[in-house]
Amino acid sequence: MKRRTLVGTMLAAPLAAALPGIARAEVGSILNASYDISRELFAAINPAFAEAWKARSGSDITIEQSHGGSSRQARAVLEGLQADVVTFNQEVDIQILHDRGNLIPADWKQRFPHDSSAYYSLPAFLVRAGNPKNIKDWDDLVQDGVQVLFPNPRTSGNARYTYLAAYAHALDKNGGDEAAAEEFAARLFANVPVFDTGGRGATTTFVEREIGDVLITFEAEVNGIRREYGEDRFEVVIPTSSIEANFPATVVDAVVDQRGSRDVATAYVEFLYSPEGQTILAENYNRVRDEKVIAQFADRFPPVRLFTVDEVFGGWAKVNEVHLAEGGVLDRILVGR
Amino acid sequence: MKRSALPGFGLSLGLSLTYLAVIVVLPLAALVLKAVQLGPSELLAIITGPRALASYRVTLTMAAASTLFSGLYGLLLAWILVRYDFPGRRFLDALVDLPFALPTAVAGLALTALFAKNGWFGSVLEPLGLQVAYAPAGIAVAMAFTSFPFVVRTVQPVLEDLDPDAEEAGRMLGAGDLSIFWRVILPMVLPAWIAGCALGFARSLGEFGAVVFIAGNLPYETEVTALLAFIRLEEFDYAGAAGLACVMLAAAFVMLSVTNLLQARWLRFTGKD
Repeated sequence: MKRRTLVGTMLAAPLAAALPGIARAEVGSILNASYDISRELFAAINPAFAEAWKARSGSDITIEQSHGGSSRQARAVLEGLQADVVTFNQEVDIQILHDRGNLIPADWKQRFPHDSSAYYSLPAFLVRAGNPKNIKDWDDLVQDGVQVLFPNPRTSGNARYTYLAAYAHALDKNGGDEAAAEEFAARLFANVPVFDTGGRGATTTFVEREIGDVLITFEAEVNGIRREYGEDRFEVVIPTSSIEANFPATVVDAVVDQRGSRDVATAYVEFLYSPEGQTILAENYNRVRDEKVIAQFADRFPPVRLFTVDEVFGGWAKVNEVHLAEGGVLDRILVGR
Repeated sequence: MKRSALPGFGLSLGLSLTYLAVIVVLPLAALVLKAVQLGPSELLAIITGPRALASYRVTLTMAAASTLFSGLYGLLLAWILVRYDFPGRRFLDALVDLPFALPTAVAGLALTALFAKNGWFGSVLEPLGLQVAYAPAGIAVAMAFTSFPFVVRTVQPVLEDLDPDAEEAGRMLGAGDLSIFWRVILPMVLPAWIAGCALGFARSLGEFGAVVFIAGNLPYETEVTALLAFIRLEEFDYAGAAGLACVMLAAAFVMLSVTNLLQARWLRFTGKD
């Protein structure tokens, strides 16, 4: 935290002043800073964990939730938000806690199984009832007259996965031709009528404003929207290929050491891997790691060919450098739009 | 200096300046400091990048459009509120302040719902080929919503002070309605009106909450500078965000300075110095 910026400090001061107010002399509560669309998921997980923790340690625990865009949450933690646990939708947002704030060790990914991701999802499609434009796969999205909705990849981790999934699909189809993949992504972006700043905003635009023929967001969210807004109004389409979106979690060392909450925070992350935690995750349409739970929910998760960021793009650092950096591939596509 | 109820001049001025420094100057200084860290060439590259330039164009033209509307409509509303008594006048008067109090994101959501193609206004406008939501026009609408109270609230007190005798005198001397308006009312109201418009314009430049919901946020088309600064923050690019914020700060500052200058000149000209 040595290099904390002046602006950062100014933003952090009110937060830091407000939070100890929720007095935590003896650790009675921990804070889980999470991404935007996980609110309902953790609302289901937290009471289950509190019960398990009570059975194990005999003490009560409250888990406070804070939700927002994944990157914005990471920034809040960097600037002093006292989160014991972070559960984000992107590795880069956790990595930044090491790179910029030194709040966690460099080897954070190795601390829990599966690169610290207890569950994952993938970009999938939501179309209107009857699938009037007959959308089955990525190639159907770049046709003329199809309107595609997803948030701005510049402000939404969710949309960055959409971009990568489309790019990986085109790369695969064109035998690794980068120029063809870029052109495909450009055609996809040309079909986007509106960029919202986050996943939930795009959902509102698609559902309430009735803009667009297809909404692309995580499989978990796609199913949630259909359940929430009417199973007769929307259909879920899982493309033949997509990209694996890991949802990593970690304990924020700098915070738990100061607050003495390491045990409970660690148990919280581990709970995500327990059969009970995995069941709740799967019930919320997240793909999980536990074989038994996978078998139990097999009908919910059709098989998909999944690319990973590491194998297709050579890791997130490379993605940042080649695709997301100023003047990178994504910028070229947005300019050409 | 007369003795006043508040404690001595020294103490009250000292406290005021201290608070002003803590609340306004310090955060702005931090912002400028952050941008200065970049070095001139890098800063220049950030604030003259093609996307930044496109965002200035969108922001400025839409702010101008919204100011044109709020200027005319605000003047009209102020006139009605001051000169006529009708049932519900006080309520209308209170309503004007609502955009100040309402979270702008709520306003943005409400406007988007109205102007989207399945909304009350949108369902009428879109078949006519007028797209407002998710188009540049939507930005102007959102800006007008948050900035018209500035015009009303600056013009209103001046209109209230306006002496009906002056108008009457004009009439006695044989002036028509139009000429009374041009030569008696307008000159008195103009400085306040310009000030109100300038405040509204400055506010429009920085409007974010209401705009991002209705704009569609397409780079180069409907992306305002405030959103671009937000995007830079989201990319952990604090310096880039600070650079853009400084441009907006400078624009607002220049706007207000020019208005003050204009107003001062005008006051001297009309002998009300």
